[in-house]
Amino acid sequence: MKYETVIGLEVHAQLLTKSKMFCACSTKFGEPPNTLTCPICLGMPGVLPVINRRAVEFALKTALALHCPINPSCRFSRKHYFYPDMPKNFQISQYDQPLAQHGFITIRMNGESKQVGIRRVHLEEDVGKLVHAGTMAEAQHSYVDFNRSGVPLLEIVSEPEIHSPAEAAEYLRQLRAVLMYLEVCDGNMEEGSFRCDANISIRRAHSPELGVKTEVKNMNSFKAVQKALEYEVKRQIKILEEGGRIVQETRLWDADQEITLSMRTKEEAHDYRYFPEPDLLPLEVSPVWIEEIRSSLPELPEERRRRFVLHYGLPEYDAGVLTATKALANYFEECVSLHPQAKVVSNWVMVELLGQLNKDNREIEASPISPQALAELLSLMDQGVISGKIAKAVFEEMYQTGEAAGAIVKEKGLTQISDEEELLRIVEEVIAQNPGPVADYRAGKEKSFTYLVGQVMKATKGKANPQLANRLLRERLGEPGKQTAD
Amino acid sequence: MKITKREVEHVARLARLELTEEEKERFTRELNSILTYFDKLNELNTEDVEPTSHVIPIVNVFREDEVRPSYPREEVLSNAPEEEEAFFKVPRILE
Amino acid sequence: MELFRLTIHELHELLKKGEATATEIVGSVFERIEAVEGKIQAYVTITKEEALARAAGVDAAIKKGKGIRPLTGIPLAIKDVICTLGVRTTCSSLILENHVPIYDATVIHKLREEGAIFLGKANMDEFAMGSSTENSAFMKTKNPWDLGRVPGGSSGGSAAAVAADMCAGSFGSDTGGSVRQPAALCGVVGLKPTYGRVSRYGLVAFASSLDQIGPITKDVTDCAILMNAVAGYDPMDSTSAMVTLPDFTRALLPDVKGLRLGIPAEYFIEGMDPEVEAAIWEAIRLLEHLGANTEKISLPHTDYAIATYYLVATAEASSNLARYDGVKYGYRTKRSMDMLEMYQRTRREGFGAEVKRRIMLGTYALSAGYYEAYYLKAQKVRTLIRHDFEEAFKHCDVIITPTSPTAAFRFGEKTEDPLTMYLSDIFTISVNLAGIPAISIPCGFTKGGLPIGLQILGKPFNEEAILRVAYTYEQNTEWHKRKPNL
Repeated sequence: MKYETVIGLEVHAQLLTKSKMFCACSTKFGEPPNTLTCPICLGMPGVLPVINRRAVEFALKTALALHCPINPSCRFSRKHYFYPDMPKNFQISQYDQPLAQHGFITIRMNGESKQVGIRRVHLEEDVGKLVHAGTMAEAQHSYVDFNRSGVPLLEIVSEPEIHSPAEAAEYLRQLRAVLMYLEVCDGNMEEGSFRCDANISIRRAHSPELGVKTEVKNMNSFKAVQKALEYEVKRQIKILEEGGRIVQETRLWDADQEITLSMRTKEEAHDYRYFPEPDLLPLEVSPVWIEEIRSSLPELPEERRRRFVLHYGLPEYDAGVLTATKALANYFEECVSLHPQAKVVSNWVMVELLGQLNKDNREIEASPISPQALAELLSLMDQGVISGKIAKAVFEEMYQTGEAAGAIVKEKGLTQISDEEELLRIVEEVIAQNPGPVADYRAGKEKSFTYLVGQVMKATKGKANPQLANRLLRERLGEPGKQTAD
Repeated sequence: MKITKREVEHVARLARLELTEEEKERFTRELNSILTYFDKLNELNTEDVEPTSHVIPIVNVFREDEVRPSYPREEVLSNAPEEEEAFFKVPRILE
Repeated sequence: MELFRLTIHELHELLKKGEATATEIVGSVFERIEAVEGKIQAYVTITKEEALARAAGVDAAIKKGKGIRPLTGIPLAIKDVICTLGVRTTCSSLILENHVPIYDATVIHKLREEGAIFLGKANMDEFAMGSSTENSAFMKTKNPWDLGRVPGGSSGGSAAAVAADMCAGSFGSDTGGSVRQPAALCGVVGLKPTYGRVSRYGLVAFASSLDQIGPITKDVTDCAILMNAVAGYDPMDSTSAMVTLPDFTRALLPDVKGLRLGIPAEYFIEGMDPEVEAAIWEAIRLLEHLGANTEKISLPHTDYAIATYYLVATAEASSNLARYDGVKYGYRTKRSMDMLEMYQRTRREGFGAEVKRRIMLGTYALSAGYYEAYYLKAQKVRTLIRHDFEEAFKHCDVIITPTSPTAAFRFGEKTEDPLTMYLSDIFTISVNLAGIPAISIPCGFTKGGLPIGLQILGKPFNEEAILRVAYTYEQNTEWHKRKPNL
């Protein structure tokens, strides 16, 4: 490869606190405009911010999960720029003394583990929302809703150590999983509670210097991130190949056209005029507090993945898929606790269940089949009450109706025919009706045997116990060298 | 010159202040005189001095994560120069 | 009896004895206001109806047997920089000319609880920026002792209203001397509490790390009474201190025996009006005579205080005033095509010259390339100034200085050159930089009949010491009993 891609990602995760970062307004999503505000989050004259303790705890949890040393002293700073969605025309953020720095996250690419550095983790407040008819530039007016203003955000900045769009998507998946395992963020990309901006540049392979980067914004799914970055890589390479120069700028991903577009801002260099927020006192996180938070950390995706491999003997791949979200991993473990055949459960969850859910664009939380219900189905199969094939049909029925496996099997008479006498009668009928294949088989054509088994299954509408049907057929047909007495 | 007229224009833009020509001239003159006076501080060696952001030695002041009722929208919008359908209304944004 | 002439504690005695009603008191003060406001112009807004209604309520409650607290029925003026629910709060600025707060400042809330009655909002320098109240967008408040002279500033309206008996007491705000200097120039008592002693919630911010609300009164006893009502920790202000709260009136002991008074060499140098200097020395000699000891001390960085102050204060102000943009409240220009124009014209038309000058200076001091040379440098020198006081207070209990180098000056005398005006704050601003408490009390008059102020500085959270010295001095002099001839 002639070029190397260098990507750094900046994630803004909305913290799952009940109240805002600096005031007691609710953080609820989707309420009518300007109904979740107060003098503080509207930046009215005379108001002062007070730090939400839980937001700091959530930030500390995340920083520790990302292996960041916590700065013994950190503080908030004001970041200034004028924009109508920002009530004070400065954002309370962290600058020269962030909460934590220098951590990493482990991601898996093509079966290999890789660490991506975390540059910094800091707290800040969200801004309001601008609404306008059509595009911003065309609209004659804009409208401001300050419900989001002051909602706590955690900014997580990676080192520029991501080298492909696919890796970027994987980093985000993993980071989102960590936040969701910690229960500090709901990870909802569409509602904007997990947002990502990317800095991307390319350089000649093995060149020590970084290329000129562009910042890509407005990507609201993992797929969008990957596509936008793939587009950007191609665009930048094309420019370089044609002898052009990359312009340092912000570009927006247009999901409809699947291209990135320059924001074409008058690039008045940003001068944010940061200075320490005088209305807030510094935070000093004591070692005791850090240990308290550390001991409260739940099992994280990486640990859980390793445990799934060691404890359940699952392949790496399965473990990775099943631990992608906490809810899915919980689902799997609950199911396995009732039906202790990990690989069988894994297969059914990954292939049947996730297959259906993905098709319907549903999350595991919305699965119509509970882990208990799935375990019951797998037990019926295991006990030989139904065949694997029937089980799949029952699964479909369960998924559609939400009914229990046992009830469906009973109601539809799907119980496997394991009665030797009954099945023997059918086997004999099949032999009588298929003299041709029978002769072929006896002449040594093994293929005809499969055909005959199929005929038995057909006659029983798939309910024949396959092992029993096999044995009875062979016995009746007489297997060369394996004569049996009735 | 501590600060040029061009810099005054730049600072005014950062601060979102429209200035008349006369004001630009006057601020350039006044800021120069004030900034020259501020040079006094350079007489002091402050290399090993910690900056003071706060005069009180307090850290870790928090509120608990509790929701209290927000303000009624009519009150929130009561001082708005322009409002429409529950929103604050602003002119079009070109940048 | 001219009720309007009386102090808070005198009015309280009458109320307790049933010799006056709140309605009579408030009525008397309004008669006075109506008689002299035309000359003085102390009030931006007068709330006569509300005040009389409230007085009637107070009287009814007293009749029903409700206890009479020290501020029950006491009519106060409030500087127009402190937010009052439902009563417009303009900061004497066009940009907030019609701004009606939707919440009460914490001090207002406390005063209401104590039964105080608000007469109206007092004039000030726009956004508290100035030392003469000439920077008000609405009117020029006159010094009651000489209508051709300024009342000082920025709390000129609050101080003039007390001096002219247009209220029983008032509140101002002090960022660099804005309570003490007008108190001195108007011949009344003004206290700047320790930073963190009184909640700033609802005080429209000028320079957040320097601002404090403070009382302006007719005598030292009233000052202690008002402090009792407003001091204390406030969960809405992170920078308010959770320290034990004394009963300030218990500090009012007429005894300074053995107290050590620090006399800083740096405050008695050239440029001071000889009449002012003579009055201060006379006051020191009186205190010595009453048993206090004097110690020569040094505050070696005094000479750097003005530069330090104007950098810190303007930087913070440029940030605090960014919110006045015509979006959420306040003035909006009538002529704008787009957002940028709206911002720039609104702020141009809404702010006065001094405010613009300080926004420019502060923005510059924080901007890229200048932050370290100006803002950070000033913050470091601020540390040196604080250390000066820490060192000095090892050798004394309080420090005695003049409040202002001159008595009240004429209108227009210092408006030509901003630096001249800044230099008049020389004796008051170090106190704000160090965060310590200080009081100004009347200590004599010039030959021309203008009041002179004595400033007493204390250790952090030791307002009691300065109140005690002030009280002792007052008990042994008659200056505070003189009234201007209006």
